[in-house]
This record gives sequence, C-alpha cells and structure tokens, in this order.
Amino acid sequence: MSDASHVNDFVIKIATANGTGSASANGLLMKALFRMGLPVTGKNLFPSNIQGLPTWYEIRANRDGYMSRTGRVDVMVAMNAQTYSKDLAEVSPGGFLIYDSTWPRRDMDQRDDITVLGIPLARMCNEHFDVARIRILMKNVAYVGALAALMDLDTEVLKTLLQETFASKPQLVEGNLEAIRLGYDYAKEHFTCPLPVRAERMGDNRKHILIDGNSAAALGCVYAGATVGAWYPITPSTSLMDAFQGYCERFRKDPETGENLFCIIQAEDELAAAGMVLGANWTGARAFTPTSGPGISLMSEFIGFAYYAEIPAVFFDVQRVGPSTGMPTRTQQCDLITCAYASHGDTRHPMLLPANPHECFEMAVQAFDLAERLQTPVFFMSDLDIGMNDWMIPELTWDDGYQPDRGKVLGPDELEDMERFYRYLDTDGDGIPHRTYPGTHHKGAYFVRGSGHNQYGGYTEDAEEYQQVVDRLLVKWDTARDLVPAPVLTPAQQKSELGIIAFGSSDGAVIEALDRLADTGVHVDYLRLRGFPFADEVAEFIAAHETVFVVEQNRDAQMRLLLIQETGADPARLSSLLHYNGLPIPSDAVVDGITEHIAKEVAA
Amino acid sequence: MTFIAKPKIELPGEQLNEVGLKRSDYEGVLSTLCAGCGHDSITAAIVQAFWELSIAPKDVVKLSGIGCSSKTPAYFISGAHGFNSVHGRMPAVASGALAANRNLVAIGVSGDGDSLSIGFGQFGHAVRRNVNMLYIIENNGVYGLTKGQFSASADRGSKSKRGAVNRMRSIDPVATAIALGGSFVARGFSGDREQLVPLIKAGIKHRGCAVIDVISPCVTFNDHEGSTKSYAYTRSHYNPAVNAEYIAPAEEIKANYDKGETMLVTLHDGSRILLRKADSSFPPTLRSAAMRYLEAHSSRGEVVTGVLYINEDMPLLHDIAGTTATPLTDLPYERLSPGSEALNRLQKRMR
Repeated sequence: MSDASHVNDFVIKIATANGTGSASANGLLMKALFRMGLPVTGKNLFPSNIQGLPTWYEIRANRDGYMSRTGRVDVMVAMNAQTYSKDLAEVSPGGFLIYDSTWPRRDMDQRDDITVLGIPLARMCNEHFDVARIRILMKNVAYVGALAALMDLDTEVLKTLLQETFASKPQLVEGNLEAIRLGYDYAKEHFTCPLPVRAERMGDNRKHILIDGNSAAALGCVYAGATVGAWYPITPSTSLMDAFQGYCERFRKDPETGENLFCIIQAEDELAAAGMVLGANWTGARAFTPTSGPGISLMSEFIGFAYYAEIPAVFFDVQRVGPSTGMPTRTQQCDLITCAYASHGDTRHPMLLPANPHECFEMAVQAFDLAERLQTPVFFMSDLDIGMNDWMIPELTWDDGYQPDRGKVLGPDELEDMERFYRYLDTDGDGIPHRTYPGTHHKGAYFVRGSGHNQYGGYTEDAEEYQQVVDRLLVKWDTARDLVPAPVLTPAQQKSELGIIAFGSSDGAVIEALDRLADTGVHVDYLRLRGFPFADEVAEFIAAHETVFVVEQNRDAQMRLLLIQETGADPARLSSLLHYNGLPIPSDAVVDGITEHIAKEVAA
Repeated sequence: MTFIAKPKIELPGEQLNEVGLKRSDYEGVLSTLCAGCGHDSITAAIVQAFWELSIAPKDVVKLSGIGCSSKTPAYFISGAHGFNSVHGRMPAVASGALAANRNLVAIGVSGDGDSLSIGFGQFGHAVRRNVNMLYIIENNGVYGLTKGQFSASADRGSKSKRGAVNRMRSIDPVATAIALGGSFVARGFSGDREQLVPLIKAGIKHRGCAVIDVISPCVTFNDHEGSTKSYAYTRSHYNPAVNAEYIAPAEEIKANYDKGETMLVTLHDGSRILLRKADSSFPPTLRSAAMRYLEAHSSRGEVVTGVLYINEDMPLLHDIAGTTATPLTDLPYERLSPGSEALNRLQKRMR
C-alpha cells in the first residue's frame, strides 16, 4: 500500500453488536469526513433484530467521488468478539485492524499481511465513566477518537459536530469529547500516527448533503402536496413514513390552530393500506403508501382494481431480499416483474427507478404527477441500499413555481355546463378520460367498480364494450411511455460495440466500473433506465450494440426479461450481470463480469 | 348485475325535502336482486332515510365490497359517488376517502361474508378507528352469488337449503362491534321498515362509526324451514329491544311513552335520538349491560334489534390524528408546500 494512493481513498468497516449505540458514533465519523470535504457514503449492514446481533457499518471515502461499494476494507474496527475471525479475514492485504485490547485476542487468529492495533477501549471507558450504559456508548465514541489520531481526522470538526448534535443537551458534549480524547491520546502515544490510510482536507462539500433515500422520498411527498399516507410497518420502508411524519410535524401544522394538514393512518395490514390510498386518491387527495415486496404481494388485488378503475395511487416499494420473508435487512432489485404486472388479469404499471436520494426526492414528486396525469397506480422502485443508507448528494433544490399536475379533473363549473359526464370516455385520444371528485357536483357522480364497465361508466358484460375499455388502457400505456423519466445515456469515450443497461442503486457501481474498464482499454456505452414503460431509445440502444450487459440485483434477470418482453429486443444481445447476495452491488462485480465475458469471447 | 335505468315516475304532488328533492331523486338503477330479497327493502329504507334527512346526493359517498349486498349502492342515490371495491375491503376505502375529505357523508354497505369472513379484520378496524360512517351489514347467513354456502353468521344448528346442518359457531357482528368498543351498534330487520328507517337516520347522524346489522333474508338460498335467518324465523323470534326515533334539531318530541323507558341522546349537531326500551333495566349507553342483554336473549334464539349501544363522545379517527377541520382535499397547494427557503434551511442540518 503506497502512501499517496490511500489518502482520501479508503474503506473503513466497523463491526459492532446492534443496540450498543454505535450508529451515532459511526454517523459522527462519517460526518467528520464529509465536513473535511471527502466524498463519502455509509452502508449499514444490519441484522433483522433489535439488540445483540452483529452489525457492520461501512464508510467509503473516495477523492474521485465513487459511491458504490468495493470489495476492499482498509481499516477494520472489530468491536464484536463474536465476528472477530470473520472481520479479521476481511481486511485487505496491507490494511489495518483495530480491536478492543481490554480482552485478550484469540491467538489462533493471526495474519501477517495486515497491521493489528489493540486499544483498551472498554478499560479506558470503565475507568472514566460511572454509568454502565454510558460506558458502552462512550466505547464507540472512543474508537472514533482513535481513528481521528490514526487517520488524521480534524478534531475541531469532531468537536463542532458534537456541539451541534448535543446543542439542546450541552452537558453531554464534555463526556463525548472526553471519550474522543481517550481514544485519540492512546493512539498517539502507542502508534505511529497517522497511518498511510488517512484523510486530508480537500474542501468542505458545501453544495452537498448527507441523506438517505427514504427521507428524501418522504420530503418529496411533502413537496408534492401529499396529504394522506397509509401504511403497515415493514422493513426497509418504515423510515419513509417516519420521515414523512417528521417533516409534516415540522412543515404541515396549521400555524394558528396547530392542527395537522395531513393524515397518516397505520393500517391493520397492507391490504387495508392500499385500500385507504385508493379511497383518498378517489376523493381528490394525493395519497401514498410505502412498503416492500411482501406488502406489494398483499396489495396486489387493490393494485389491479386501481388499474382497471383508473384511480391514481403512489406505491413506494423499498425493495428487500426475497422470495418470501427473505432477508428483510438486505438489499435487492427483485420486485420488478411483480410491480410491472402486479395483480391478476392484464395489468401493467408505470415504474420510476431512482438511483440515489437526489432522484428519490425528484421522482417522488413526479410519481404523484404521473399517477394523477395517468389515473393509474405508479410504482416508485427504491431499495434498501438507497432507502436506508447514507448518501452524499448535491443539495436538493425546489422550484417555487411548481404546481401539481392533477390531471384531467372536471370541477363544478365544467360539470354544470356539461349535458352528461361519462367517466371512461376518451375524448382526447390519449387514452386518458376525465375524472371528478366526490362532493363537488351531482352531475359528476359515477360508480367506481372493478367489474366490467363500458366507456360511459356503466356495468357491462358486453364483449365489445368490455374490450373497448381495456384496449383504450393500452392507448394510455403508450401515452405513459413519453411521460415517465427518460433514460440517461453516458456514451463511451470511443465508439463501442458494448453497452451496459442498469438502473437504480447499481448506478454507482457501473459508473466506477466504466472508468476502471476504460483504464484497461475497454470502452462501454451506458444507458441508465429511469422509467417503465421503456422509451423508444431503449430499443434503439440495444439494437446499436452487439452485446448489452444488463446489470441488476436479482437472480432471475428480471429487467432483462422486461426488456425482451416490452421492446422485442433480441435476447442474444442481452447478457446478464447479476448480483443478488443481499449486499449492495460493488463495482468489482461489474468490472469482473465484463472482463470475464470479453476473455471468453477472445478464447472463443 | 346489469345496468338498467329505473324509469322515473313523476307522481303529482310528490313531497319535496329541504334541499328541494323528491324521494325518487334518492333512488338508483333498477335492482337485479331476486324478487323479495331483503336487501331491496333495506335499499328502500336507505332511500327514505337520506331523503328525510335532506342530505344533498353530491355530498354522499356510497361504498361496498363484493356480494349481493355490495351490489346495492347502485340501487340508491344515483347522484352520489359510488365505490364498489374488492371483497371485504370497503372499510379501508371508506377510511381513506374520509381521511381525505372528512365532510363527505359515507355509507358503506357490506354483507355477512364481506364483513365477517374475508373482511373481518377491516370491519374490526373501522370500528376501532371510529371512522365517521354508516356501516350497514346486510346479513342473510348465506353466500348467495356462489349458491348457498353457510356464512360466518349462520347459526349453529341451522340448516342449509339442501339440508346440511351448520356445526360452526356463528359470529354476531353486533356483539363483536360492542366488544371492539364501537360507538354505535344497532340491529334491524329488513322486514321492519318502521324500525329500520329511524335506525339508519340515527346511524347517519351519529358522529363515528355506526354499525347496523340488518337481518335480510335470502329468498333463494336461506328462507326455508330450519334456517334462522328466514322471514318466518326472524318474525317469530323478533325482540325489538330498543327502538330509536330520530329528532331533528328544531323538531319537537312527540313520542309515545307507552312501554318501557325512554332515553334521549343528543348528537353533535343538536339533533337527538329518542330511545324507547322494551326492557327498562337495560341502558344502551352501558357496554356491559348491552353485552349482558344480548347474551341472555340471543341464547334463547331471539333476534335482538334496535340501538343496542350508543356513545356520542368517542373520538373519531380525525380527532385522534389531530387533523384540521378543513377537508384535506380542500387545502390549496400553497398551504401544503413548505417552499424552497424551508428546504434550504432544512438541509443545513444534513451536513
């Protein structure tokens, strides 16, 4: 490990047990790096458990701004005896491992190719703090102090962060600073500081923020003007509704009466949550539900209803590992087929594919506009990696000129002037009929039903009348094609026969992989999908390349299937690069996959 | 269910209500249920009640699930928005609709299959949340559209049309709603419109979730000897325990005080419900008394009807949620968006 290469380019992994308060210490560490101007991301690898099981936090700092995981660990903080052997094995050659030397290390676990640093964190904290719980918490802060010395973190930044964090409880600042000093002084005294793996101030990230995708999406819901949220708690989507609640408490209280300008209902199950969202949208509110794969399964009957009865609704699917309960605290992009065609009968639904919290904010707003414009359920396909991890993104901006697109809604005056209103009549040729809200005008009354209906809104079992409506829904589907967010093309520096199609949280890994591949002379065009149905450019991109690698985080190549099904693309051109073990896709997976493919081609 | 427009027959001198509408203005399309179906009588009672209360059709939403009962919203108040949802899920749609627009007058029509089997959970939670709606269960103890299976409200020992005996215990929606802490729980009989219309009016005016279980015989599959949901059985075991009379805010009380005791319950809008009790020892404002009365009389096979529990002071979903009095659907976007300045301030804490 050469000195220069690991300044502002490293991965720190911290192994602790959940419920010990390590999250705030890890947050402090990440924020300190952020304030020193380093591009950072934090990935939380946590168990489906409340207390006592192993949890890891992985911080990547990278001067070039790469945000994905890599296969590397440069500094491991191994605080959990239970996982010590595994954590030791994971350190990259030349890396460092810090452990709590209060207790003896197991002799059998040795490595010659890394440096092991013992710090008696528990002992020092036990000597300095009285209360048992404080001792546990401060042990975490103390390793941040040790890292500050070892990795040259700006201690003034740490101090400021602690003062800000505990602004309302200043008495806590001193204790935390004391813990920082314990770790810091011990490291300074016993080791050569700083290590070659270290941080160096490179700016201040002024135009950036740290945020997780669920919070950003929730903020989008607030700015979109959503007033009703119905949900059933499910990892990893729960924090989306928690954040919505929090932002509403801040922004949506009537200043005079203190009353809520929103209504959140914790439903009895996902079926009810979906029904509530439909009911609220039907009466003219913007309503949404956050959920994950198992919730989508339960909501499917209502999703088909909303499709056929043409009720707007926004479903946030923060995807987790399936099938079944799967691994609730791990990430995948595994609900694509489920959501694209959710429910029985012929159904298809627009999907938005945000790649990071910045897009979560923007696409959440778009989701409501689209749902109301198209009068149909819209799926916002996030995942655990985007939703629950901490991302550094450019500051969010808001255009105060924004007005929600409520779609084709007839108000009381228009209805008054009409001879008769027909709910499902396509008067504009775009497949989208007009709707009315209950409570506005008696002429606007109609009957919503999931049973067969004709274009006038009446019940029907007539063959032609039925078919006329479902065929019109296909016209609407074509209209949707131009309304969903367009794909983003990143051309290679040279003309290439190779392409990559990816989407969502794989974006970071692909961006880094493209640069690494280009360094080895492999140039690849990149098309990032952002919406479904696919725009025409998608088919054109596939046709223009001999091989297109479809990068996705599921076992069955669901996006590839969608591409073949929906664009008629030649399957022979579409080569899958799959990553589905539940951890966010690392850039190595993309580099290795493409490199192997090329090697095989050459051999053949 | 076909879509047959009901011929509007102009009756000379037909009375107009306070919003200038005739009774026939509260009708819907022609019913396609079997001739003599109890549900059609309930539909007629609903028409009568809404007309008498002078509620503008445009302010009404009528919702249902799936089943014979759930077809009926098409048969009343054609000027109201209707929502025929999926099986057992009417309460969720109604809850969402009212969360968004609390000014709507909501009537949900469900059946025993819809509310006591597939939608039992949703029924329970609508009651628990005290969603401000009228929740009618048209209860015939049988699945009609699928040709005669027992439902969860079929009594133990009752016989199906083909002679099979039901060995499963029944679920009583009234006892269930009272046990769940419902704020208004009543039972009626489709064959007693005189009792039913006031019950429906009281249920509409009640602030909270008004559950009315209406015994509504299925003439095709459950009106035979051995059925406990037939016209004959219900009439012979009929116990109108607490009859209700709805009294509008300005109206005088002209009740008959002939039997039992009377009780006056004042509703939030100043209207009143006069309760006439057959049994003076039973106050329908006491949950435990209601349960005791039901238990004692139901075990004798009696069909206990009337307002069996009422509490006007229970908090609504919106009271608990602290929602603004203005319907959320009426809030202009300007009041909902925090604006760019607020976003900039918020993000200062994200660094």
